[in-house]
Amino acid sequence: MHPFSYERPKSAAQAVSAASRHTLAGKAPPSSPAQFIAGGTNMTDYMKLGVMQPDRLIDINRMQDAGLDNIVVSDQGIRFGALVRMAEAEEHPAIKSRYPVIAESLQLAASGQIRNMASLSGNILQRTRCEYFREISWSCNKRRPGSGCAAMEGFNRQHAVLGGSEDCIATYHGDFAQSLIALDASVDILGPNGPRHLPFSRLHRRPGKTPEIETDLAPDELVVAIHVPALSWAKRSHYLKIRDRQSYAFALASAAVVLDLEGDTVRDARIALGGVATVPWRSKEAEDALRNRTLDETAAEEAAVAAFADARPSKHNAFKVELGRRTLVRALFETRDMKV
Amino acid sequence: MNDAAPAPKENMGQPYPRVDARLKVTGGAHYPADFAMNNLAYGYLATSPIARGEVKAVHTDEARAAPGVIDVVTYGDIGEAMARPKFGNSGATSVWPLHDKRIWHDGQIVALVVAEDFEAAREGAMRISADYEEQQPTASFDSPGAETIDAAGKSPMYKEDAKAGSFETAFAAAPVKIDAHYSTPTQHHNPIELFSTTAVWEGERLTVYEATQNVQGWRVNIAKQLKMDPENVRVMSPYIGGAFGSKGPMTPRTAIVAFAARRLGRPVRCVVQRDQAYTTQTYRAETRHHIRVGAGHDGRITAFSHEGWEVTSRPDNYVVGGASTTARMYGYGAVSTHVSLVKADRNTPGYMRSPPETPYVYALENAMDEMAVALGMDPVEFRRVNDTMVDPIEKKPFSSRSLMKCYDQASAAFGWKDRDPKIGSMRDGDWLVGMGCATAIYPTHTAPCAARVRLTDDGRVRVESASHEIGTGIRTVAGQMAAERLGMAMADVEVEMGDSSLPPAPVSGGSISTASVCSAVLKACDAIRDRLFRAVVTVNDGPFSGEDVSQLDLKDGKITGARGQSMEITDAFKATGAGALEEYAEFAPKGSSPKALKMLYQGEPEMHGGESGDKVMYAFGAEFVEVRVNSRTREVRVPRMVGAFAAGRIMNTRTARSQLMGGMIWGIGQALHEATEIDRRVARYVNRDLQDYLVPVNSDVQDVRVILVPEIDHDVNPAGVKGLGELGNVGTAAAVASAVYHATGKRIRDLPIRVEDLLT
Repeated sequence: MHPFSYERPKSAAQAVSAASRHTLAGKAPPSSPAQFIAGGTNMTDYMKLGVMQPDRLIDINRMQDAGLDNIVVSDQGIRFGALVRMAEAEEHPAIKSRYPVIAESLQLAASGQIRNMASLSGNILQRTRCEYFREISWSCNKRRPGSGCAAMEGFNRQHAVLGGSEDCIATYHGDFAQSLIALDASVDILGPNGPRHLPFSRLHRRPGKTPEIETDLAPDELVVAIHVPALSWAKRSHYLKIRDRQSYAFALASAAVVLDLEGDTVRDARIALGGVATVPWRSKEAEDALRNRTLDETAAEEAAVAAFADARPSKHNAFKVELGRRTLVRALFETRDMKV
Repeated sequence: MNDAAPAPKENMGQPYPRVDARLKVTGGAHYPADFAMNNLAYGYLATSPIARGEVKAVHTDEARAAPGVIDVVTYGDIGEAMARPKFGNSGATSVWPLHDKRIWHDGQIVALVVAEDFEAAREGAMRISADYEEQQPTASFDSPGAETIDAAGKSPMYKEDAKAGSFETAFAAAPVKIDAHYSTPTQHHNPIELFSTTAVWEGERLTVYEATQNVQGWRVNIAKQLKMDPENVRVMSPYIGGAFGSKGPMTPRTAIVAFAARRLGRPVRCVVQRDQAYTTQTYRAETRHHIRVGAGHDGRITAFSHEGWEVTSRPDNYVVGGASTTARMYGYGAVSTHVSLVKADRNTPGYMRSPPETPYVYALENAMDEMAVALGMDPVEFRRVNDTMVDPIEKKPFSSRSLMKCYDQASAAFGWKDRDPKIGSMRDGDWLVGMGCATAIYPTHTAPCAARVRLTDDGRVRVESASHEIGTGIRTVAGQMAAERLGMAMADVEVEMGDSSLPPAPVSGGSISTASVCSAVLKACDAIRDRLFRAVVTVNDGPFSGEDVSQLDLKDGKITGARGQSMEITDAFKATGAGALEEYAEFAPKGSSPKALKMLYQGEPEMHGGESGDKVMYAFGAEFVEVRVNSRTREVRVPRMVGAFAAGRIMNTRTARSQLMGGMIWGIGQALHEATEIDRRVARYVNRDLQDYLVPVNSDVQDVRVILVPEIDHDVNPAGVKGLGELGNVGTAAAVASAVYHATGKRIRDLPIRVEDLLT
């Protein structure tokens, strides 16, 4: 493993200034010499593989600032501290009853052991598991800008059909992020120039011509909290994840669905799609197709077609278009049929 | 007695818990990389990122400059100190890394970096770079440059293609027929215990700690490669954390690590990373099959043809060759088989749990299911019509064959009669329900084996044999055999294995261990009994004075006589004045050649059984599977499986059930999950870890029921045992495919069966 030095700041402000001291201009955040580490489930894995080679590791687990490790559910919604572990959030009774899509998206991720370790802020910032990204001997525009994309014409069964570019089709594999983007979440960020607030939908960046830049964050910016605004009809919400095996696998396709129903008529809907896109993926097209419609096979199918209208499949992942549509249709009906 | 410890039926031993279970679950069992060493140095492999070409230069300066790096072994360092590895039963490949400038496959070893600690070695290895003259590699079937050759005669394990009668004539005349192609992907063993080598020199003596299924074979092999006397080599493999064939043949790394340890004058340990194991160890070859079956309207098969194609490496002809089993499965009329090897720029494939049967029987049993549909017959009845007690190729009898008993017991337990044969007719809410079945088969082999058994005056028994605890429970069943024959409690028996300084045992492969080791232990125990009995009948005034030794027995720690008299073993030792009785037994199976025992000591034991003797010897089973396929999203789940198996004497119902159940679970993986994907442009594996190489997890495994069907077979070996370690996973994938067809009407012939196969 690439040798690194390590520090454990006592506050978010200290963590940010530690990162600032080691930031190099012109480096994309993932290749910055200083990296934050929380649960380490993604960072240490990638350090072992040589994908991440930080010189300085800033362990943020012992930051003492108020609210970093708790969850507050109120009339305003939910505030998750950045260091809350996935397992804590998925077990929260108010989240399970009032925002089931969040609890389910967490429960269906990774394994129990990993969810005990992984922080929520680390989870939303997880990097892709593209096989060609993980193994450093392949060319990869994300890992080594300009080297080419081995996945584009390679074995790309798990890759994205939405949001890709000529340079990168790596999937964003997270589940939690799909429920967050569906629920119009936002994040509190602390940087060298103080705090800022960002809609979750603007946190991740599509690869475009710069797949090495994955988020809107500067290398010395830290996510300190995640907010989910209150939504009374979020209790009718659901996360459906389709994968090759029953558990402990990334989604081939997933759907986060929140429905506001009057009888069988959709007053409003929130829809996000996982396993099929390069970033957390909100499908306003599908939402528009459903609003003020009776939720039947025709409406669900039209929403699903709308959701994947811009899909650009590659050689091995073409099935994700059909599977993604069916996953959304199934999720819509399962959500409709929830007893709330 | 409970599910995990089934009550023994006829010809079955007690379900003793594994003697090492507590050690294993408490961390007390030391696997080869766990042994503490003084002054240990750590090795890490650097491997090629290309699959074909020529190494021009290896750059080591940056690696040597990395903090903690103490040595780099690469081209030019070893020279005459080593001989070329040999491909064969105890050698995985003839590729000679650090000597051959030719790159034969992706991930070939180009250097070993040695450092003061593991992370320093890893960093050093990542700093190794090399210049290559790259050539376009051949990835697999259909790739430009693939060379196809006949398999027959290319391996001692596959001498000829089985044939009987005139297939073409019979097939042409058959009123009902099918003609279909099947395939199975590359698969890797992925044992949870990583591959590792630890080499320790004391003067001219070398001890290698490495997980192996073949300590004796490796001892000889290491000595050959390092040009040493085998007497100076010891191989230690006391516990093995999963092997499945991958730790059978030795790979070139072992001798390289031993060389590094000698050069440095300190022990070196190299733990191979999981991704590196995909290219530096063996794997299950990718296969293709063409099967044609012809039958009469009565369901009797009159013509059977099985052609197979298997990927192998450029330098080595590894043959899977399962047509020799499929040709003997049913009472066909005419039979034609042919196996071809397709040579590509890949590492050499090798043994993986039921190597020939897993892919070939998958194809055959899928074809049987298709044929039953074509005939409009129930798949179980179709097998019954074609069941046979005579091998269709050479017309030799089976030593025993309980296939239909297995089918009957499994189908009753499964509830097969409740299956509506109409495709897509069974449903549970949004889920389509399918039910399928298939035959499991595995040849019964036995090999020569030696064992030493000692009975001491404190009433304790020690069993020694250089076999291997690969998770099957061999320590337990070998101990049981001794306890049973010597009339002692299991608690009084200790079993020592996994050390080449013990009496030699054959490779723990081919499901031969229980039969071979138990037969040797039985022989040693019988010799001890004989000596003990002859001693006590000569004791004046003793309870057995002057008795006929054939009337004596050992039971519950006592010698017992025909007249009800008895004597504690401990008292017998006092009476005879002995401290210990020890016997060294050499067992050679029926039909062994005169050099059979010599070959055992040379680490190349003969195997007997299967189709080779006067009678053909196989274990059989029947597996039934229920699948659920989601009506919209089409993922397949397996809520229920039942398997019934007959394998001669069952030494221990607990360990037997456990192995069979493990096999069936693996079968779920073969059916639905497992495949090593290759990037065909560059002949490199893509999914080289357990994140992307999927195996079933707990929630994929619901209700798995194993039925042990009593069977007595006096022909197979003195222990009466048919190996079953590789029986449970044969047939499972075909049963799943059959159930998927029943649920969906889609016949998936290429494994694994995935969502995308069922969407359209």
